[in-house]
Amino acid sequence: MMTQSTSAMFEALRQKLGPQVQSVRADRENEVYVLLRDADIRPITEHLRGEFGARLVTVFAEDRRSAEGVFFNYYVFEQKGSAQYLIVQAPVRSDSLEFPSLSAELPAVNWQEREIQDWFGLKAVGHPNPRRVALHDNWPDVYPLRKDFPLETVLPPFEGERHIYRPAFGEGVLQVPVGPVHAGIIEPGHFNFAVAGEPILYLQLRMFYTHKGTEKLFEKLLIHKAVFLAESISGDSSFSHGTAFCQAIERAASIEVPLRGLVMRTILLELERICNHVGDIGAIVTDVGFVIANAHASRLKETMVTLNEQLTGSRLLRGMVCVGGVRRGWDQVQLNTLRDTLDSFAREFQDLISLIDRSESTRDRLEQTGVLRPDKARDLGIVGVGGRASGVDLDVRRDHPYAAYSRYPFRVPVYQAGDVWHRMQVRIDEVNESIGIVRKAMTDALQREFRVPVPSIPSDRCALSAVEGWRGETIHWIRTGPDNHLQRCKIKDSSLNNWPALVEAVQGNIIADFPVINKSFNLSYSGTDR
Amino acid sequence: MFKILQKTASTGTVTVNYAAEPIKISERFRGRPDFDFDKWKDARPAAEVCPTGAISLSDKGDSRKVTVDYGLCIFCGLCAEASSEQAVRITQEFELAASDRRNLVLTAEYTLNADRTHRGLRKVDRKSVNVETDVENLGKKARETIHKILGRSLAIREVDAGSCNGCELEIVALNNPVHDIERFGIQFVASPRHADMLLVTGPVTRNMELALLKTYRAMAEPKVVVAVGACGISGGIFGVNYASLGGVDKVLPVDVYIPGCPPRPQALLHGILLAIGRLAERLHNDRAG
Repeated sequence: MMTQSTSAMFEALRQKLGPQVQSVRADRENEVYVLLRDADIRPITEHLRGEFGARLVTVFAEDRRSAEGVFFNYYVFEQKGSAQYLIVQAPVRSDSLEFPSLSAELPAVNWQEREIQDWFGLKAVGHPNPRRVALHDNWPDVYPLRKDFPLETVLPPFEGERHIYRPAFGEGVLQVPVGPVHAGIIEPGHFNFAVAGEPILYLQLRMFYTHKGTEKLFEKLLIHKAVFLAESISGDSSFSHGTAFCQAIERAASIEVPLRGLVMRTILLELERICNHVGDIGAIVTDVGFVIANAHASRLKETMVTLNEQLTGSRLLRGMVCVGGVRRGWDQVQLNTLRDTLDSFAREFQDLISLIDRSESTRDRLEQTGVLRPDKARDLGIVGVGGRASGVDLDVRRDHPYAAYSRYPFRVPVYQAGDVWHRMQVRIDEVNESIGIVRKAMTDALQREFRVPVPSIPSDRCALSAVEGWRGETIHWIRTGPDNHLQRCKIKDSSLNNWPALVEAVQGNIIADFPVINKSFNLSYSGTDR
Repeated sequence: MFKILQKTASTGTVTVNYAAEPIKISERFRGRPDFDFDKWKDARPAAEVCPTGAISLSDKGDSRKVTVDYGLCIFCGLCAEASSEQAVRITQEFELAASDRRNLVLTAEYTLNADRTHRGLRKVDRKSVNVETDVENLGKKARETIHKILGRSLAIREVDAGSCNGCELEIVALNNPVHDIERFGIQFVASPRHADMLLVTGPVTRNMELALLKTYRAMAEPKVVVAVGACGISGGIFGVNYASLGGVDKVLPVDVYIPGCPPRPQALLHGILLAIGRLAERLHNDRAG
């Protein structure tokens, strides 16, 4: 299908890039695919970034050797002020297995290009740091996301070093290894600090300890079962990932979710944000010694988690979203509970914030701690809370409206200071905005239909879906297969490209402040590692 | 300072007195699916929709064996929706922890009609999910070994062996003022060297196997291992694949399994208490007093 606007765009791209552009197609509104003739993405990237100020959202690959004889790399672009995603599809020949790297100019795709190397065995030519990222160094040479690699492959015992950390030299310079098992109850990852006395010179990260074959597993499950896998990508974002996944299927199969289903999703997405933000606010202040405020914050979080259960049967909002809407409607009693709980939460939340605001010592410890400068944030492609605290004005809810967000205007808080205090401030502002959204949406949550029956999902359709999870931009891209299965499901949690922000923000800070800086980003390990 | 005290005073006590008193939970909460095997005329729809294979069938000639494994169950409720004769009912039961993996498994045998629906129920193996027996067995063991040595305090080291972080959220919630696990003298510690209990979540990824083993080996005897959640018990929805080993007992000897996806804080507490025999003692005291 080619609409008038896409054919105009095709002409423009053809004029600029010549025959390199093979075709332009728009399967649906806001999702335009540009197919290239070869793997060289550089000219079009330069053009889109230079002419249109486009941002590269994510990069991923697909093994299409059996159907089309090639691998494809997909480069998803967005442009400020447009709800459209432009997806450049570049074939990578199966005899060369090479594609040009963009990481030197665009550090934001550093890990993502290396992930393609590790999982597909394609080489990012010219990558400044082509070491393994998604597979540890002690893994054998396997490419798990190739179609000829069976999910259940039993790998031989691992040998050798997991990862070689760069040494740090100099008088009084020490390296401090931490993890993967940490002191607290958090997810596993390894941090290697090079310190000169107390200040941190350089932090090296080793992630992917929780890699459990999730993207590969999506290719095996029936779609209705895969919804539950999506909910288990990152436990604290169950509803965001579940919704992102269901939206992708709905787009691929042209399923129209009734308004009430969209409204209920909107409410639950905001409740997930409120829960996690208030928990994070408590965790941040407790890391600088304000334990009483955390006691109140975790108590408030518990009241919201209890509300989740009353609305969905699950404290983590699981088992509620489904392809076609939501699984259960709400009655008036539940809506009253929602309204009353939210009212008392809103009052108590103000009390909590005023306790924190009155604590000069808390403010003193959090301001100018763990600064991520706006220019660095932009270069690294930081999204979500961490991005908005460092001047990156992005929010999928506003920029690419989904669910029922276009009905409930809200403000997107953006700060320039980029320190722990402002990452907390973004959360505080967002909680207040979320309360407003839920209050407005509640009045629309009592209509009749909340779900439509789902037909058999047509095969070989692609769809991109984006959700602003409480952490940030959450992307799912799928290609459907026969018999209600998927051929590919790409998941990009906002954490994946946000980890390098932590490396940047801790530099020059003392190692004792690492926990609070880490907490202020609160990135997902499981969402990153999948 | 005054404001802080005022807020604390006006909040009052929020801690719930579980397990001494039963807790009130939402009727919407999805706990253990209960199976009315007599009423069940066809297990196929439930088995077909089950995301993790917790309900599985094996047909031989005109007989069928139905296996229900609570260690795989993620409590999604699809089985109840799929079974038209209301033979599957979602209950609010959450105290499902067991010391024997086999006790989480139910089986039923049916004879079949020509259309593969159930003709008659031949046999049900219902030994599972029987907390009473567990408590007695475990309580005896725990009293004899751990409790004598530990007195009234327990130190737990938690390890995420590849979880989605869902179980961690609920474990962290045990420390909030509402659940306040420290009222039992139970605390989470930073070092395995200080710990009596290893609480493990996640399907055990290939990448966490070594770290989990090292943590276990660093603990002093006597020690107990508790596997948390569907993933910790069986690999859950992730199962066994090139990156996932499919459960804690593939790597370590497990003393108690706590079903759930994730288990709610009280379910965790129940499993932990079960593991140290404290629950047995409390039940014993209640009966005596």
